[in-house]
Amino acid sequence: MATTAGLFTVGEIEEFLIYEAALLDEWRLEEWLALMTPEVRYLVPPLDTPDADHRDTLFLIADDRRTLASRVRQLLSGITWAENPRSRTRRLITNVRLLAAEGGEVRATANFAVWRFQHEHADVYGGRYVHVLVRGPSGLLFRERRAVLDLETLRPHGKLSFIL
Amino acid sequence: MLRCFYHAWAFDLTGRLAGVPDDDAYTPAFDRDALGLKPVPRLESYRGMMFVSYDPEIESLVGYLGNARDYLDLMLDFGGDEVEIVPGSQAYSMKANWKLLVENSMDGYHALPTHQRYFSQYLADIGMDASNWAGPNRIQGIGLALGSGHAVIENRARALPITGTAKEELDQIRARLVERVGAEHAHRIADYSRNLFIFPNLILISSWHTIRTFYPLAPDYMEIDAWANLPRGESGELRQRRFENFISFLGPAGFGTPDDVYALEGCQRGFAAWREVSWSDISRGMGRARPSSQDELQMRAFWRRWHALMQGLRGPTDCSDCPEQREAAE
Repeated sequence: MATTAGLFTVGEIEEFLIYEAALLDEWRLEEWLALMTPEVRYLVPPLDTPDADHRDTLFLIADDRRTLASRVRQLLSGITWAENPRSRTRRLITNVRLLAAEGGEVRATANFAVWRFQHEHADVYGGRYVHVLVRGPSGLLFRERRAVLDLETLRPHGKLSFIL
Repeated sequence: MLRCFYHAWAFDLTGRLAGVPDDDAYTPAFDRDALGLKPVPRLESYRGMMFVSYDPEIESLVGYLGNARDYLDLMLDFGGDEVEIVPGSQAYSMKANWKLLVENSMDGYHALPTHQRYFSQYLADIGMDASNWAGPNRIQGIGLALGSGHAVIENRARALPITGTAKEELDQIRARLVERVGAEHAHRIADYSRNLFIFPNLILISSWHTIRTFYPLAPDYMEIDAWANLPRGESGELRQRRFENFISFLGPAGFGTPDDVYALEGCQRGFAAWREVSWSDISRGMGRARPSSQDELQMRAFWRRWHALMQGLRGPTDCSDCPEQREAAE
């Protein structure tokens, strides 16, 4: 397995993904948002067509930068009842692989298991990320974050009200 | 031909049992004709939507839809073309009784407090004026009991993300509707938003062009399936604007639905105290001849039909509060 692709190494990407997962678990959402490039896309495909394109398929989430920024503001606003008080989450990020590097960006995949606890229910959101990362002035940044859930339905989860 | 992998019995596409391996081992009492796949008692379609009933005695589908049929047509005619279910379905759940989602799906009163983050944060974040949703100039429409449990709330169409991002295309569609069906009917189709409820578990909401249905698995748990129904053959550009509009609010990861899930699950936890607190008030607008879309006539309509069926009554149910409402619905 390739441990480097272009100017990127598995080690630095793994470290970055573990760091951003901690920001999300700690609800440091504004710091997390600062890791996004202006042209970022945050995508969660529908569970029945996980390989689909958001331009011709109804996704669960297909945020551009402005929508994602609004998502963060809403989650911090106190009027997003589904996350007030916020869920507890715990993310395990593993199996990081570099897929390809081209023109200063790298495509990397990783597995995730996000445990979510709310009202004495525990749900696990399992799946894989396909990320497109670029190097910014002070570290890696997301150009695309595609979170592909392996769940067949959101049952009994019911909702995806936090950031995956 | 469908062949079950377990014992290799094969059924043809009409459901007839067509193949049984080594069937000489059976006695003459083995009646293949009685062992075909069991059809549902009633299956009818209306404009491509399939309806199943387990009541073999139920009336025809068109009769069943009654006054709701015209509204269903309005829901399907909005694009000036036949609609289709688009790829990407939403399959989620709520730890709540299914009847709470009937109420919630046509509840104008909850929209502002429950979905405050959508109206006061998201719409502002995308630079939209939400004053015809919230505040003193908000638009209020009507609620109607359509008979036998069906109901609708109807408002003059309000600003949504798509009315800004695809204004030109929507104006063109409206102009084509005027050509095709005349100004008056086009006005009725295009200038209103509606939440239509077909008893007992079908919802269509025009602001997002969604079809939603749900099934109780337990008194405090339901499964929900939802889709977008959009005009065939529209441009990829318009489709994308419609997707953005839809998922900005609807679905398990939208800026609306998760708060409904949370609210209904909270209600369900509260109803655990039903012995001590045995009411849930839906009397809003009961003193008005013409209740508004913020009132609750449409919920009473559902409950009246549900109550009649639970008592074993057959035939139509008058679900209105008073005679004036019956006239309004017809």
